Amino acid sequence: MMASSYNAKEEDGHHSGSSTHGGTGAAKNKKPDNTAFKQQRLPAWQPILTAGTVLPAFFVIGLLFIPIGIGLYVTSNNIKEYEIDYTGVEPNTPCYDCANSFTWNSTTSCVCTVNFTLVQPFESNVYMYYGLSNFYQNHRRYVKSRDDSQLNGVQSSLTNPSKECEPYRTNPETKLPIAPCGAIANSLFNDTLELYYNHPDGNMTKVNLVKKGIAWYTDKHVKFRNPGNEKDNFTERFKGTAKPVNWMKPVYELDPLDPENNGFINEDFIVWMRTAALPTFRKLYRIIQKKPDSAPTLPSGRYFLNVTYNYPVRSFDGRKRMILSTISWMGGKNPFLGIAYITVGSICFFLGVVLLIIHHKYDTRSNSADIPN
Amino acid sequence: MTWRSPLALVRDALQGQRARERELRSLVSNLLYEGLEKAKQPNRFFLSNAIKTTKYSLLLFLPMNLYEQFHRFANLYFVGIAILNFIPVVNAFQPEVALIPICVILLLTALKDGWEDFRRYQSDRKVNNTPCFIYSRYKQYVERRWKDVRVGDFVRVVSNEIVPADLLLLYSSNPNGVCHIETANLDGETNLKQRTVVSGLWAANLGFEPESFNSVVVCERPNNNLNHFKCFVEKPDKDKVGASIESLLLRGCTVRNTNHAVGFVVYAGHETKSMLNSNGSRYKRSKLERKLNADVFFCLLLLFTMCLIGAFGHYLWLESLPGVPSFLVPDSNGHLDVPSLESFYMFITMIILLQILIPISLYVSVELVKVGQIFFITNDIDLYDEETDSRIQCRALNITEDLGQIEYIFSDKTGTLTENKMVFRRCSVMGTEYPHKENAIRLDVMDEPESEEEVIFNQHQQLPRTRWSLESEGISPADTQQHGRRRKSKVAANAHSDVAFSSPLETEVIPDQKLLQQISRAESSGGRRDGNRNFDPHLDFFLALAICNTVVVSMENAHRQRVTGAFFQRNKWNRTRSEDPVIDSAKTENEADTNELQTCSLHPPSQNGSTIAEAEELCYEAESPDEAALVYAARAYGFILLARTPDSVTVRLPSGEDLVFEVLDTLTFDSNRKRMSVLVRHPVTKDYVLYTKGADYSIMELLGTPYAENVSGIEKNIAADTQYHLDCYAKDGLRTLCITKKVVSESTYQSWLGERKRAQAAMECREELIMRTAVQLETNLTLLGATGIEDRLQENVPDSIVALREAGIHVWVLTGDKPETAVNIGYACRLLEEEDLVINMSCKNKVTCTSNLDCTLEEVRRYGDDLRNIGTTQNISLVIDGNTLDIAMSPDLQQRFIELTKHCRSVLCCRVTPLQKSAVVKLVRDKLKVMTLAVGDGANDVNMIQAADIGIGISGQEGMQAVMASDFAISRFKHLKKLILVHGHWCYTRLANMIIYFFYKNVAYVNLLFWYQFFCGFTATTMFDYWQMIFFNLFFTSTPPIMFGIFDKDVSVEVLQGVPELYRTGQRKGEYNFLTFWISILDAFYQSLVCFFIPYLAYQDSDVDLFTFGMPLNTAALFAILLHLAIEIKSWTLVHWAIMLGSVALYFVVTLAYTAGCVTCNPPSNPYWILQSQMADPIFYLIVTLCTVVALLPRYSPPLCICRQLDRMDPSTRDQWIKEWRGFRGGAPAKRYELPDPPSPTLETPVDFFPDFLPDSDFMGDDLSLNVIAESRQRAVHT
Repeated sequence: MMASSYNAKEEDGHHSGSSTHGGTGAAKNKKPDNTAFKQQRLPAWQPILTAGTVLPAFFVIGLLFIPIGIGLYVTSNNIKEYEIDYTGVEPNTPCYDCANSFTWNSTTSCVCTVNFTLVQPFESNVYMYYGLSNFYQNHRRYVKSRDDSQLNGVQSSLTNPSKECEPYRTNPETKLPIAPCGAIANSLFNDTLELYYNHPDGNMTKVNLVKKGIAWYTDKHVKFRNPGNEKDNFTERFKGTAKPVNWMKPVYELDPLDPENNGFINEDFIVWMRTAALPTFRKLYRIIQKKPDSAPTLPSGRYFLNVTYNYPVRSFDGRKRMILSTISWMGGKNPFLGIAYITVGSICFFLGVVLLIIHHKYDTRSNSADIPN
Repeated sequence: MTWRSPLALVRDALQGQRARERELRSLVSNLLYEGLEKAKQPNRFFLSNAIKTTKYSLLLFLPMNLYEQFHRFANLYFVGIAILNFIPVVNAFQPEVALIPICVILLLTALKDGWEDFRRYQSDRKVNNTPCFIYSRYKQYVERRWKDVRVGDFVRVVSNEIVPADLLLLYSSNPNGVCHIETANLDGETNLKQRTVVSGLWAANLGFEPESFNSVVVCERPNNNLNHFKCFVEKPDKDKVGASIESLLLRGCTVRNTNHAVGFVVYAGHETKSMLNSNGSRYKRSKLERKLNADVFFCLLLLFTMCLIGAFGHYLWLESLPGVPSFLVPDSNGHLDVPSLESFYMFITMIILLQILIPISLYVSVELVKVGQIFFITNDIDLYDEETDSRIQCRALNITEDLGQIEYIFSDKTGTLTENKMVFRRCSVMGTEYPHKENAIRLDVMDEPESEEEVIFNQHQQLPRTRWSLESEGISPADTQQHGRRRKSKVAANAHSDVAFSSPLETEVIPDQKLLQQISRAESSGGRRDGNRNFDPHLDFFLALAICNTVVVSMENAHRQRVTGAFFQRNKWNRTRSEDPVIDSAKTENEADTNELQTCSLHPPSQNGSTIAEAEELCYEAESPDEAALVYAARAYGFILLARTPDSVTVRLPSGEDLVFEVLDTLTFDSNRKRMSVLVRHPVTKDYVLYTKGADYSIMELLGTPYAENVSGIEKNIAADTQYHLDCYAKDGLRTLCITKKVVSESTYQSWLGERKRAQAAMECREELIMRTAVQLETNLTLLGATGIEDRLQENVPDSIVALREAGIHVWVLTGDKPETAVNIGYACRLLEEEDLVINMSCKNKVTCTSNLDCTLEEVRRYGDDLRNIGTTQNISLVIDGNTLDIAMSPDLQQRFIELTKHCRSVLCCRVTPLQKSAVVKLVRDKLKVMTLAVGDGANDVNMIQAADIGIGISGQEGMQAVMASDFAISRFKHLKKLILVHGHWCYTRLANMIIYFFYKNVAYVNLLFWYQFFCGFTATTMFDYWQMIFFNLFFTSTPPIMFGIFDKDVSVEVLQGVPELYRTGQRKGEYNFLTFWISILDAFYQSLVCFFIPYLAYQDSDVDLFTFGMPLNTAALFAILLHLAIEIKSWTLVHWAIMLGSVALYFVVTLAYTAGCVTCNPPSNPYWILQSQMADPIFYLIVTLCTVVALLPRYSPPLCICRQLDRMDPSTRDQWIKEWRGFRGGAPAKRYELPDPPSPTLETPVDFFPDFLPDSDFMGDDLSLNVIAESRQRAVHT
């Protein structure tokens, strides 16, 4: 992309004649060394940006970017995604009542059912996300409000969490240390989503939602560990700690049936603890695995979403969504990158053409001389 | 040590203080108190001889260095911000981590300072432990260390030893009580100086015994005047003997030609004159640095704006929340602050977050870059001078880039433009001119640019016989052998001018035949009549030349052995002698001369070989080169100065007779009188004769009766004729001196002597009185004749001056010479051109001067406006003399004067005083607000050198005062060309580009954080791990710009020297100005927008987490920032590749290692496995690529590319168009631009003449126009 002209000057230039001082006793000679480095004569490559050298660069960029962009765009378009907002802001929506009757301390949970129709069947694995908007998980103090060593199963941190967790460090009444401490854990997303497929024949089948494999492998196996001895039961291991104030049950009851998904290594919890970068985000909730036969994972038709409505979003004008999406090598559906690549590629190509015209029209002589190679 | 009460200690300290502060100090010998405890020593209050030049001590290094460092505002700023981080409400990062960058910066600086200080400590220790001999009562002289020397000790110094402290000379092994010293360490003057023993302390026949010294030495308080010392010795019988600098051996001097000497220590250690004179390296603030500070201030403003936006945004965000969401974390009491208070805290937090907008490492980087630049400047082989074996010295370390912005150069003439090696050319005796044609021919032969290759140099080798000396008769005509030796020695002496003024060029003079005959006639007539009072004026003339000076005679074989490695040879004898036709022709000519001389037969046959050899070995050491030239000229005519002691001068006459003149007094040279005289008593006639020599204008008005006896009987107006000759000499560019004689009657002398003695004994205003007595005696002089001495131009001076002028630099020459001489030199060095319009300004009073000035100004303006003159190369030059200059610089006229000089390409000021020199520099500097550079070599240039923005000292023949005062010291004027045009340009562009890049880099990176604030509720969250941020600035992106600042070459040496016009970009601040600064800031904004919003849009509404989102941002920013620099780099060497690729590799290696190893190490942020998971995701690469391409796309866009293409032609292309240009110029009937000198060897392709560009007016204003013009011309050539 740049014309290179190697500008290596011969090392034994004009100085060699006078500078080589043989002889024995030239001890006091202050003469600088005549080395290429000290004389700043290192062989150098001098890129010059001329119309002629930039021109191929533009074409190359254009020709590379446009196919990539098309590929990305097509891939993105092939991803099927279905999104449903179940916040219940509008009075006629199913969850309106649950949304209005919410208090953190209620013991009975409010359940609402949202039904929707998938027009097209979803092939291959389907990923079920919950989405929150306007939730600033990236608030500076919120992000900091956690104790990684506690989550890593360090016993001392379990009983004495880091100061960063304040004010969710100890239970204000019992003075017991909170496990897991901090604001992030405290605000754990606690809606439960269940999906039912309404067969055309009227039968309802619960769609099998897999709750393992949704967190990063390294998080599950390295960063998050339960404290204490493997053989002890979970109550014993978390003895002397309090549950986060907003939680309804302690951490060791997150998934009482599966010790591999309980306590700090509960995957829903791990996913929540990976704080989102932007205020509108989605987090992986469940995976609907492809059936062994060739039938679509989610056939088209009517579905019911059973929501145990726990999580308040009215305090920040938030929205809650459930997203069903297939994914590709480039992740979820996002046409932006494809469009961007196509645009940039086209601009470069266009500039290349313009440059070519300018080059040919005005610069014929000087540039032909300028580009020796 | 016995215990002493603290009170006594305090009293002692006070006493000591008082003793040191006292105007006069009384010192006694320590010997009387030897063995006593310290408290009883009389001299205990005075400093010991141990020196300490270190700034810090081991214990106090840390606090003192930190104190020094906190004088820098930026450091305070960063520490303040780091401290803010410790306040929990406002902190943005973990407080401990936030301290790291500033600590690293402070540590780096401290290490640098500590290393420098350690070097000083080492050299101190070495000096302090140098052995010396101190007299002890018990064991005579014992060997001690320098640090043991105390005031009141007797120290013995031997030949070639360095004097350990300031010693009052009491005894010398020399029978005349003289001790020779060389002050090269002090002022660089290599000639020997005489110091005399304080007289009258001991009877001459008695030996010197320190024990018996019971006098009190009373001396003044220590001061730093090297040439002045007041002291008297009070003997026990209350008799006072005065002593002056003439009896003081200064610390640091070297004893020469004296077996041993004993001195009494008057000042020791830091109180010695040499220590008081040495002050550390100079600190100057460069123009660029001042500009830089202004831009740092702009950045601060920008920072505050951004923080205000952040605080306000946070307030709005908080206000917009309907309730208290669970992501708002209250304080430990469960309490949330009101939005306004929160947003105030947020403002401070934002400052902490965005602090790196002010580049923290900029100052350290600038310093490092300057160190690198200075390394390369001092290592430049082209700035190395073989003759003196000296490199360029950079004494001021922080103004390298100012070299690239020079607009005015003020230059001294003598010794700067010229060699200051005087060669006797012609003389006029009694109104008759003797042109010395043969001598001129010889000089031309010598002028032949002999290569310095064929050298066999032997320091101990005798100076060769002077082939043309009259003694040549006595030697067997072994011509060929001598010939070879002459050539050898010429180069040899040139190569080591330590042997001052002894190159054959100066020592050998071929006598003028006519004059020689004249002398021999006078000699034969006068010699026979012994005691003839009327000595022939011709003989008198040469006697005056031989006597009237302060030349010291030393023997060649006793010459100081300075140069170790006595024998080194170069590629020897590349050419055989016979191949050199010039020398051969000279040889035959010389043979003819010899024959002729032999017929003159001036010598008595008795002359034997041994005395000849003795005379041959004479070596003259002169304080001023003119004197040596004159003595050598006299020697050529047979008047050989054999010896000089304070009381006598021995001269051998052509007849072989040695005359010993008793020297009664020497009226030394001073710049007010501009002459010197020697009063001698003629040994034969017993007359008191005063020989005076001096500048013609100072002598001519003192002339009395012309030489009474008119030998030829024809009345001649000698004075008028001589004046005519003087004017001719001046026109030829020769330095003129008038030689006079005066016979003083016995009675006049006696009365004058009394006055003189009184003056010398005076303690107050002694100098003034002495000068007055001198003026008294120097009246009614009789003119003998005048001499013309040539001061040859240094090599490549015209070439350099032309190049500097083409670089758009106004060159002013300020000289003390007469206008005629100056103008002549001006033409010779091409300061003035034949076709120039030269304005000569010389007027006596203010009225004429004013009108003159107005007229000229009007004319010059009209001339400039005249359309016919646009495009022609005719230039205006101004010649002005000192008197007129004084008037022109008066407050009401200076505006007009400056206006006039602005139109002039070169200005020549004649007969200016040192004070005027500096006044001119200051005037131009202040009125025109330009960068000035002053270059000079002598003490008279010191003022000017200090007044200019950059002072350059030339270490030449006139000592080191100029060098001491300078910022850069070079050895030849021609080095200025490369120093300014190449190094200046490089240093400036490198540093300017680097600084701009630094600002860009920080703004670009910080803005990423700023844009993110819009998506995190302005809560100062970072999407990078904080360690990564620190690493980013400290490691990943810090070395490339430093390397850029040290190594980048925008244009090659050849082109910079071949096309001096390129220098003009620096003068107009082409690289670093308001526009380029803000463009780069805007570019930074654009790039950060791209690097932020492309990932943002790509990750919108996805499950991306905080650091996973930040990683592509960080990586894209790294690539954009590094590739941005890659575009800026104009030449890529191995170093560039290594550092650029190294930085990228370092980024990935360090980040991978960090994210892999850090599970819970940096709570609460947790970057574990981020980069690994990202690097497994193709989207990461796609995003980074897209960001980098889009961010840098504008830099490649067509309009910019076309500009850039013009802006940066590569050397081969430029060479090509230089050649084309030359072809064009050659075809046109333009004036020639040939250089008188062969092209400088630094040009690979010899550029014989330079493209002469359109006049300034045409390419002012637009940076690119230079190339545009070149382009258009080029096209014109081809169409």
